[in-house]
Amino acid sequence: MSQPTVKEVLFNPIFNNNPIGLQILGICSALAVTSNLNTALVMSVALTLVTGFSNLFISMIRSQIPNSIRMIVQMVIIASLVILVDQVLKAYAFSLSKQLSVFVGLIITNCIVMGRAEAFAMQNPPLLSFFDGIGNGLGYSAMLIALGIIRELTGAGKLMGYTILPTVNDGGWYLPNGMMLLPPSAFFLIGLFIWGIRSWKKEQIEKPSFKMAPQVSSKEAY
Amino acid sequence: MEHYISLFVRAVFIENMALAFFLGMCTFIAISKKVETAIGLGIAVIVVQAITVPANNLIYTYLLKDGALAWAGLPEVDLSFLGLLSYIGVIAAIVQILEMTLDKYVPSLYNALGVFLPLITVNCAIMGGTLFMVERDYNLGESVVYGMGSGFSWALAIALLAGIREKLKYSDVPDGLQGLGITFITIGLMSLGFMSFSGVQL
Repeated sequence: MSQPTVKEVLFNPIFNNNPIGLQILGICSALAVTSNLNTALVMSVALTLVTGFSNLFISMIRSQIPNSIRMIVQMVIIASLVILVDQVLKAYAFSLSKQLSVFVGLIITNCIVMGRAEAFAMQNPPLLSFFDGIGNGLGYSAMLIALGIIRELTGAGKLMGYTILPTVNDGGWYLPNGMMLLPPSAFFLIGLFIWGIRSWKKEQIEKPSFKMAPQVSSKEAY
Repeated sequence: MEHYISLFVRAVFIENMALAFFLGMCTFIAISKKVETAIGLGIAVIVVQAITVPANNLIYTYLLKDGALAWAGLPEVDLSFLGLLSYIGVIAAIVQILEMTLDKYVPSLYNALGVFLPLITVNCAIMGGTLFMVERDYNLGESVVYGMGSGFSWALAIALLAGIREKLKYSDVPDGLQGLGITFITIGLMSLGFMSFSGVQL
């Protein structure tokens, strides 16, 4: 297998190999933090940094890690990075870190970080792994930010707390769709996003497990 | 007693791990194609959750909390920043011990669970349960009940989803929605259904 270039590992995950849309990684947090753009942005930045640096460090010591305990070594590196992020958030953005509640801590068990460490950083040199981590973080962020924008705009008529569409309650014209702020809408939106991406990139379509028999008219059936 | 029952019911229906907080989604989607495997994984999650949440509760109360080390003569030490690292360590260790115990004493269950046991370490529902326990300051009794309730809620959700997906594979779905897409929309509808519990006051 030839070495992938920096550009490839950085931009492929955004559309061609999106961690949420195709690899089914890191969905948990994608749903819970996207009801407004602020938390979605913070979460994306945090995850991108953690993935990038965990990939960098794991790749640096990849030839020293014995195979049997690699999971634990990876976990320790990831957990230390997440503690760093958590403490920084608590120190400089306390109200945001309260809103994100347990989801910062859950970056540890976010499958993107672990999955990329296992699948990419264990085989590739540090710099390339770093960019792969950042790239996958960006793919995740793209999904999160898109969801955050749609949900906050249609659900509350605001973006990052600033009014964009004046709502009826404040004397404007826009009747907010409260359902967009509720959890289930995130599922529908991701489902539709996946539909969109897959109608554009046909090669991502999954094969149906059972093919429908062609419709026959009643005359042919008898 | 009533307090514990209402805590359990709230953990199962109103604060369902999978459908209200979206925890453990990765495994939830990946391993819900067959009802039997889904139920096996669900049982494993209940067991692990019921052990790890109280264990982490003990660690938090006696080692990490602000002033918790008073019994060792160090009342001013606050180790709570080490929380994340120790919880994940405890979870990994307990899963490993459980795997070895089952292998030795209950081989039939061990074989049934197979590869799912180690996977539970990285299931966010387990970690999430522990973090919620810390955030809400549960005591030991409450954390036992909460652990069992939240594990059961996840098991219930994955068994239901697997049932739906088994039927769904015979239906005619548009190309782009095939597989992952329609699964998301199904979960969305299920979660909408579970939201009807959210008005219940206990």
